[in-house]
Amino acid sequence: MPDLLIELFSEEIPARMQARAREDLRKLMTDGLVEAGLTYAHAAGFSTPRRLTLAVEGLTAESRPVREERKGPATTAPAAAIEGFLRSTGLTLDQLERRADKKGEVWFAVIERPGRAAPAIIAEVLEGVIRTFPWPKSMRWGSGSLRWVRPLHSILCILSDEAGTEVVPLTVDGIVSGNTTRGHRFLSPGAFSVANFEDYAAKLKRAHVILDSAEREDAILAEAQTLAFAAGLELVEDRALLTEVAGLVEWPVPLMGRIGADFLGLPAEVLQTSMREHQKFFSVKNPKTGRIEGFVTVANTVTADHGATILKGNQKVLAARLSDAKFFWENDLRVAKSGMADWAEGLKAVTFHNKLGSQSDRIARIAALARDIAPMVGADPDLAERAAQLAKLDLRSAMVGEFPELQGLMGMYYAKAAGEPEAVANAARDHYSPLGPSDAVPTEPVSVAVALADKIDTLTGFWAIDEKPTGSKDPFALRRAALGVIRLLLSNDVRLSIDRLVDVQILRHQSGPTPAAPDLLSQILSTATEHGMFGDLTRHLIASAEKLVPDWLVPVRDHNPDLSDSLRDFLHERLKVYLKDQGIRHDVIDACLAMPGNCDLTLLVKRATALQATLQTEDGANLVAGFKRANNILTQAEAKDGVEYSFGADPKFAETEEERALFTALDAAEAAIAPAMAREDFAAAMQAMATLRAPIDAFFTATQINTDNQIVRRNRLNLLHRIRAICLSVADLSKLDG
Amino acid sequence: MSDLPRADAASGAVTPPRSFQQIILRLQSYWAAKGCAVLQPYDMEVGAGTFHPATTLRSLGTKPWAAAYVQPSRRPTDGRYGENPNRLQHYYQYQVIIKPSPPDLQDLYLGSLRAIGLDPALHDIRFVEDDWESPTLGAWGLGWEVWCDGMEVSQFTYFQQVGGHDCRPVSGELTYGLERLAMYVLGIDHVMTMPFNDPAAPIALTYGDIFRQTEEEYSRHNFDAASTEMLFQHFKDAEAECDRLLAFDPEDANSGKRIVMAHPAYDQCIKASHLFNLLDARGVISVTERQAYIGRVRALAKKCADAFRQTEAGADAAEAPV
Repeated sequence: MPDLLIELFSEEIPARMQARAREDLRKLMTDGLVEAGLTYAHAAGFSTPRRLTLAVEGLTAESRPVREERKGPATTAPAAAIEGFLRSTGLTLDQLERRADKKGEVWFAVIERPGRAAPAIIAEVLEGVIRTFPWPKSMRWGSGSLRWVRPLHSILCILSDEAGTEVVPLTVDGIVSGNTTRGHRFLSPGAFSVANFEDYAAKLKRAHVILDSAEREDAILAEAQTLAFAAGLELVEDRALLTEVAGLVEWPVPLMGRIGADFLGLPAEVLQTSMREHQKFFSVKNPKTGRIEGFVTVANTVTADHGATILKGNQKVLAARLSDAKFFWENDLRVAKSGMADWAEGLKAVTFHNKLGSQSDRIARIAALARDIAPMVGADPDLAERAAQLAKLDLRSAMVGEFPELQGLMGMYYAKAAGEPEAVANAARDHYSPLGPSDAVPTEPVSVAVALADKIDTLTGFWAIDEKPTGSKDPFALRRAALGVIRLLLSNDVRLSIDRLVDVQILRHQSGPTPAAPDLLSQILSTATEHGMFGDLTRHLIASAEKLVPDWLVPVRDHNPDLSDSLRDFLHERLKVYLKDQGIRHDVIDACLAMPGNCDLTLLVKRATALQATLQTEDGANLVAGFKRANNILTQAEAKDGVEYSFGADPKFAETEEERALFTALDAAEAAIAPAMAREDFAAAMQAMATLRAPIDAFFTATQINTDNQIVRRNRLNLLHRIRAICLSVADLSKLDG
Repeated sequence: MSDLPRADAASGAVTPPRSFQQIILRLQSYWAAKGCAVLQPYDMEVGAGTFHPATTLRSLGTKPWAAAYVQPSRRPTDGRYGENPNRLQHYYQYQVIIKPSPPDLQDLYLGSLRAIGLDPALHDIRFVEDDWESPTLGAWGLGWEVWCDGMEVSQFTYFQQVGGHDCRPVSGELTYGLERLAMYVLGIDHVMTMPFNDPAAPIALTYGDIFRQTEEEYSRHNFDAASTEMLFQHFKDAEAECDRLLAFDPEDANSGKRIVMAHPAYDQCIKASHLFNLLDARGVISVTERQAYIGRVRALAKKCADAFRQTEAGADAAEAPV
């Protein structure tokens, strides 16, 4: 069985695209070969900055012949139907066979495809793969029409076995396949031929190319660590950077240098970010001081002076970069120490979104909401408001202008420099979190208040201007903001009604930065935070504004909760997705969403967790069946009789032992459930509910509901109603599957 | 070939250049020897060498093209009163444009680095992904920034689209930031101290001798003094003139020829672009307006590209008779 080796040799492939490309090449080629009837034992993809390589072991030398039988129309079918069948099979009428079928005589086509030799198949599949390769961005060059990530120079495509090596002939846009490749661009630029994969990898290594990116990564890491260790320092590991750098070199040569003493006072994150983003340097730390004091750069070549010129050049570029960073840092510190007023002023001129005002307007809204939230999360309202006012000012700093990814973090440094309390400074750093689904969630109360306010303001703002996410489009990352709210609430065990916050913040959006009747607005906002937008006190207050009705009051007065309802539904939807990932069933969540208090997401999740746990017990699962049976019988009887059996089950009409036992059990369960629910101990409530399983099952086994005695029947239906009422007080079990 | 750098026959090493102008001269000689027409700078204020019609317009259509030139470039917002070691509001770019891009363009480029004393045997030369886009020209391409020992010394781009037109064939464009490159080659830390002519010349001049004062004057002009009222008006004028020139009937009454005024119209587009840059430096264009202005310049660039495609120089060659 021959082995196949393919190498697509081009100008430098962007590092970030290489991993995906070698995997795509492997998958597309092997899928294509298998589709065409070949099989193989093993396939592996490789990449360097200048080549994509695929090695396939144990490929069959030719595809298996295929015999396919296809049933056609009846021999009596209209001519058009028969012609259609001939077209689809590519046969003529005299090549078809007549066969007897259940319904009569039909045409049968027997199509035979002989096996094809591997080279023809490989050439065909490879050309297709090259022409349709899924590069994230591709280009044309010269006068050609082929698209590749950068100009493609040569195609190596060989089949090899014990007998020897043959080139698989193919031509793509003038590039003729062969058995040669080239080594390192500078160290071994000559062409050479290869016989098979082992020969290829070995000759490449002699020609200063390490084919396997994992091997390059290992070599870089080991050498960088050795260099750092030898100088009494330690390498700061950076996986993503390592992968990127391994994609920039064919022959990695790590070199270590020191950071100039002038720059050691810069925050570690600034040094690391500047070196990583601009220079692709690894940071090297002094374990004694914890400071970043050195760097490792990875050259792609060896030189006669052992990299001295290269290192000197890199050091010079770094010094220029860090001079900029130092200049930014020192200027920023001056602004920070003077209270950051310049930055606050500057943010007035920066538009957040043309329908949502400036960054400055946005900060004012977030600060107001953070103040509202503070008592609910155990934060000092003054600190929360102050933190929200400062948290985004670093957007105007020169450092964040240069390194946007340092936003928040610089805010922390500058707030500290301004003499702000630790909690305020930390909130600047943490208030964007959590960003990703696995990001750490802030825990300090002031940070939690500002982080929640930031996200709720974003959500309500885009909801108010009808820029909700649709399908795959979510340009303002609102799903991420919603997940952020959910995780902040849940992991800090925060108890609050999200509806109220949403309502007040929507009102802040609707009333704008300089509202008419500001006193009335602030009264309404504070009442609504405490009692809800549609609570009696708020309604009285709104009604009292008889004469003076500013524009912003109209939607509130006309009682239109659509906007906040739709946002709450969105949050519930995201919560479902989140809980599903945590292993909570969607119908369990639905059963809990149907209960009052679903604006309190923490409570909702507690209920759902308890219900899920109950359903995993045998009693719990069976109780649901019993509940459903009771509910069905009752619903049917109620529909038939046109009455509601909701009152007056009396044990004195009980006829069976099981019926009496159920009365006793219901009394006991009710007595246990009500207080448990009152203290939100869902586990205890559900445990009590689950004890009903045995008596309910026994009752159904022993007792016929629909007896002739109407008094007994009604009494039993009323008894079923008690089952339903008790169960529904815990969760809406009718929403459960099964 | 006498102006090509003298190579030591044994080692292949090139004598290191001693001045800014010597680096420029070597690039000129190198690309002349490789067959490029060595053009002179365009006589208008532009933000980059790409704006020269020898690049923007000539990258359109099928006619082969090979040109190299120095282009003085102005970026008003980059003015630092001559104090920043690396930033200038007026600087030089060296630009090479070849259509269709030759298969050995990377090697040709590396040869030019050798010619100015950057020997790949001693330095670490790297092609790092950097896709180029000019929103004002409606142009984009794929390529790299070229690093020498961690420093960006050139942009290397395969043009895919210019003025909204697909480039067929594709032009290869090389842009060298001359001051930065020369400072690296000459080992200079502050641009103003860089020798402009031979430091051993009887009248040796540094970059600062020539440009420190103008950097101060233009920095003040660009940031504080230029009349914004006038600039806004001139922007509108250039925009209107561009449209007006393109609206003429191609039939010229005087000569009886078909003459589309693509280049004069494009001059107005260049003007509008520079006026926008000045207004930006004066800080009178808000974030939202910015996009709108860029869109207006792009609209002009597109129209000029459309017009150039109607001319002989920009047309597609007729299919060769079989």
